[in-house]
Amino acid sequence: MTIPSDLKYTETHEWIKMHPDGSVSIGITDHAQDLLGDMVFVENPTPGQHLVAGKECGVVESVKAASDIYAPLSGRVLAVNIDVETSPEQINTDAWGSWLFTLQPDDPAEIDSLLDAEAYRAIAEADHH
Amino acid sequence: MSPIPLKTTALNSVHRELGAKMVDFGGWDMPLHYGSQLAEHLAVRQSVGMFDVSHMCIVDITGNDAKPWLRHLLANDVARLATPGRALYSCMLNPTGGIIDDLIVYANADGSYRMVINAGTTDKDLAWMQQHLAPYQVTLLPRRDLAMIALQGPLATEKLWQAVPGLRALTSDLKPFHSIHWQDWFVARTGYTGEDGFELMLPASAAVTLWRQLYALGVQPTGLGARDTLRLEAGMNLYGQDMDDTTSPLDSGLAWTVDLKDPSRQFIGRTALESHKTNYRLAGLLLLDKGVLRAHQPVDTAAGQGEITSGSFSPTLQRSIALARLPGTIADGTIVQVMVRNKPLAAKVVSYPFVRHGRSLLPTLPSSQET
Repeated sequence: MTIPSDLKYTETHEWIKMHPDGSVSIGITDHAQDLLGDMVFVENPTPGQHLVAGKECGVVESVKAASDIYAPLSGRVLAVNIDVETSPEQINTDAWGSWLFTLQPDDPAEIDSLLDAEAYRAIAEADHH
Repeated sequence: MSPIPLKTTALNSVHRELGAKMVDFGGWDMPLHYGSQLAEHLAVRQSVGMFDVSHMCIVDITGNDAKPWLRHLLANDVARLATPGRALYSCMLNPTGGIIDDLIVYANADGSYRMVINAGTTDKDLAWMQQHLAPYQVTLLPRRDLAMIALQGPLATEKLWQAVPGLRALTSDLKPFHSIHWQDWFVARTGYTGEDGFELMLPASAAVTLWRQLYALGVQPTGLGARDTLRLEAGMNLYGQDMDDTTSPLDSGLAWTVDLKDPSRQFIGRTALESHKTNYRLAGLLLLDKGVLRAHQPVDTAAGQGEITSGSFSPTLQRSIALARLPGTIADGTIVQVMVRNKPLAAKVVSYPFVRHGRSLLPTLPSSQET
């Protein structure tokens, strides 16, 4: 499975992309979309909302099941991807390109505590028992 | 990592060849989908799909007392099966009127019957039936030697005839809910999708050949995922979800399957049903807000709380629908609140089926509310 090395990850299958201005964008991994199947609904946090790392902040739902999105970092929501809310199926075709929302982290050092691609690969492959 | 190996159908290796995502379905290793559940769902609505439903159990019922025994065992009355090949949908009840299983029974020309019961309830059902055989002269024969393929969709007939020309003459006049025997095959015009189609029961090796022939003709392999959204759109109950041993047909939308016309027919559960006054009914829900309804979400109504029994996204209607057990006084057209992740969402109570033969049965579909 392809897991981009320039992204960070969580055990709960979110990916985190760091931008030069210090903000991050967040999506769900290709492995997560594969487990969930056809996506039909996305509920994002609200712009301006303050998120706490590890807490639920949104949901993605496939035909089959609902899956919570957990905030990978504490911080303030900058923007949400209306496009992906309107067409959730793009997560199935391009999970790495389908960002859900962007965040301004409270503490940039928190990013170091996230998983790198190799650590996430170990978690994703353990699912394929 | 299950200690007990999963049971497999005759088509297991074919599913794997086709790249199916396999899941443990009540102890059976079954295809959930072959790539996209949505695409499979729409194929059945718009053209044709095929399902491996060999996990369901076929039981042949023979003996002089087959008919009186079934009239005692089932809430619907097999005496209504006036013509050979006719099929009947029925519940099998316990003495308190709870549903042990829902099933289809087919009448054969020779006075015997064929029954199809759910996979997950097979052991329980067979034990119950064995226990209630005496004093009737009846023999039960579970047919695990047979496989079952459901071929469903507007092009089902055309594809069946292309694959098996010998069935053309025999099935061209076969009406819905009727069946025929052909060689060692059994062909029934029944299904669980709300579309025209067939359920074919046949020897395992013939099933593999038929599946490959149909696949070569462009029939979409369809998994259990789409089977669930198709049956929900068609307003068909799922055992274990919309009803179980603790709910009666009367509060499960199945009063129409209980036949009380013959007062001398004392079927199991009848006394309980006749004294049972239900305060609930099974209703359809159409979600007006954005989101997806799911089983077990609470429903708040002016007459008290109800609960969703089956909910999903409807690929045909492009919005969420559900079956819900609601207080019986809540009429169609009422707006109710469904609690989804601690947020109340508005849903409209509607009659079901939601979809038949590829078309929405909802009179007007309100435009999606922007939130």
